[in-house]
Amino acid sequence: MSTETLPADTGPTPSGTGGSRTPPKRVEGGVMSKPRGIVVTVIVALLALLWLFPLLWALINSFREYDYTQANGYLSFGGWTTSNYEEAWTRGNFGLHLKNSLMVTIPAVLLTLWLSSMVGFVLARFSYRFNLIMLGVFLAANLLPPQALLIPVFRMFREIPLPLFMSDSGSMLNSFWALILVNTAFQMGFCTFVLSNYMKTLPHEIYESAELDGASVWRQYWQLTMPLVRPALAALATLQFTWIYNEFFWATVLIQQGDKLPITSALNNLRGQFFTDTNLVAAGSIIVALPVLIVFFLLQKQFVSGLTLGSTKG
Amino acid sequence: MAHIDEAPQAATPPDRAGAPPQGREKKLATRDRLTVIAMVTVPLVLVLALVWVPALGSVVLSFGTWNGFGDLDTIEWVGFQNYKDIATIYPPFWPAIQHNLIWLGFLFFIPTVLGILLAVLLDREIRGSRFYQTAFYMPVVLSVALIGFIWQLFYSRDQGLINDVFGTQVDWYGDPDINLWAVLVATGWRHTGYIMLIYLAGLKGVDASLREAAAVDGASEVKTFFHVIFPVMRPINMIVVVIVVIESLRAFDIVWVINKGRNGLEVIGALVAQNVIGEATRYGFGSALAVIMMLISSIFITLYLRNVFREERRG
Repeated sequence: MSTETLPADTGPTPSGTGGSRTPPKRVEGGVMSKPRGIVVTVIVALLALLWLFPLLWALINSFREYDYTQANGYLSFGGWTTSNYEEAWTRGNFGLHLKNSLMVTIPAVLLTLWLSSMVGFVLARFSYRFNLIMLGVFLAANLLPPQALLIPVFRMFREIPLPLFMSDSGSMLNSFWALILVNTAFQMGFCTFVLSNYMKTLPHEIYESAELDGASVWRQYWQLTMPLVRPALAALATLQFTWIYNEFFWATVLIQQGDKLPITSALNNLRGQFFTDTNLVAAGSIIVALPVLIVFFLLQKQFVSGLTLGSTKG
Repeated sequence: MAHIDEAPQAATPPDRAGAPPQGREKKLATRDRLTVIAMVTVPLVLVLALVWVPALGSVVLSFGTWNGFGDLDTIEWVGFQNYKDIATIYPPFWPAIQHNLIWLGFLFFIPTVLGILLAVLLDREIRGSRFYQTAFYMPVVLSVALIGFIWQLFYSRDQGLINDVFGTQVDWYGDPDINLWAVLVATGWRHTGYIMLIYLAGLKGVDASLREAAAVDGASEVKTFFHVIFPVMRPINMIVVVIVVIESLRAFDIVWVINKGRNGLEVIGALVAQNVIGEATRYGFGSALAVIMMLISSIFITLYLRNVFREERRG
């Protein structure tokens, strides 16, 4: 399984291997017999369209007037408008909530990557007896259901006071700090695992020569290792951005002050108590999905390799 | 005597001196040692304080009753009473267990199997494979809560596409007999792409010569998959199983946005939350539910870690 220990090579790189320009490095799953190949292609194509449909449907109807679709049904054509977006933006107060989301997500991603790269470095660079236990402590934390920790964390945060300049709630509850720390604690396991595996593939000789030059451990980490693991960091940053931006459970339970909710939890603002305008909800959904969709389309390669880095080893 | 004593002494020192420096075991300077300690301690404290200590806290709290408002000494210790109550006089518990199991079964038999099948098909030279892959894993970047909202466009009773097309009046999210299935279809939409992605990555790592050898032997494609590829993919299969179990156990987001996990959509994760931020705060009771979740997940976490450690030792 030597190929699996080289994370850099394992990710399917859709943008790289697909085209006919690059000769395939290996025989793919094999070429199928022609008639069967056509049948399979047709089935896969139909399924792919089916998979795209929900988002497309949301996109289409987010641009339609509620009155028009009510009068003519959804299987009609017309009633185009952009007013749903304007209304969703103001009624959902998405400007504020988007800012909240970014104020949680960006620090949390940076902190996660920084802390887990330090642990990953120590695990990869030195072989201490406690290495496996350490990895276990971080990885298992990543897999525990967050609900199982809710009560102590909730109660603890309520007790921890924060100065008002850090949070106007006066405690960790209802503060961005709580979400940043909780998300970081949970996500470190995955990142530590991926990064330490990645760092283990670096040739050990570079550290020997660094030591001869008298480089301290910190310099070996910050100036030698970190630049070399940049691809893994980029992949993890993309993935973590999506995950933490999408995080719903902790945001729902730890933030009860409406104006502090991140955007995913704020979508509820668009739902009336007795009546919901689905076209408006569609527009809101598209707004909320937009940041991750942009990240996805721009950094698809990073996203995919980030996910697969973690799964191909272990 | 002297002769016997001397022999090993004479033999070892030069041996040690001649050995190549074991770079990884070398003694570090004090400053470097402190650096290493700091690099590990800061993250460790965070994960202990926010994951492991609370996990332990849940276990302790599950043996008491506490409304969470008073100090710790207002806790009344009741032994296993919370667990007994959950199993006997807490109506949503057994439905929740059942729903989580249905969740697991559904995710496993439909989206997971479909995801694996798609991965195997897309691993081949299909024209436009890259486009199809993108289509399948685009939902993976969306949050599950958001997916609940998006599917409302299909499920809404008055404005949903399904009722519009079939002329029905079904409240897909509201009717307790069917809302679980409606939710599962929406969840499956995301889950399929996730599994496909992970499996596809695993397939890329399979040695091509294995497949060629099987083809030379005249094995059919189906046979090759089950007898050659599937066994080699053991570590990935393991990860897929763990992901499916953990995801079904954690199920929360989508049911919470629909109706906070009531009326046909009870799941354990939502029950815990209801006991903390619902109308009644019953910390002991909620903690006992949390511990049940923890116990179930720990079985699979152990399986997963064993798998990882085996690979680590080998590597």
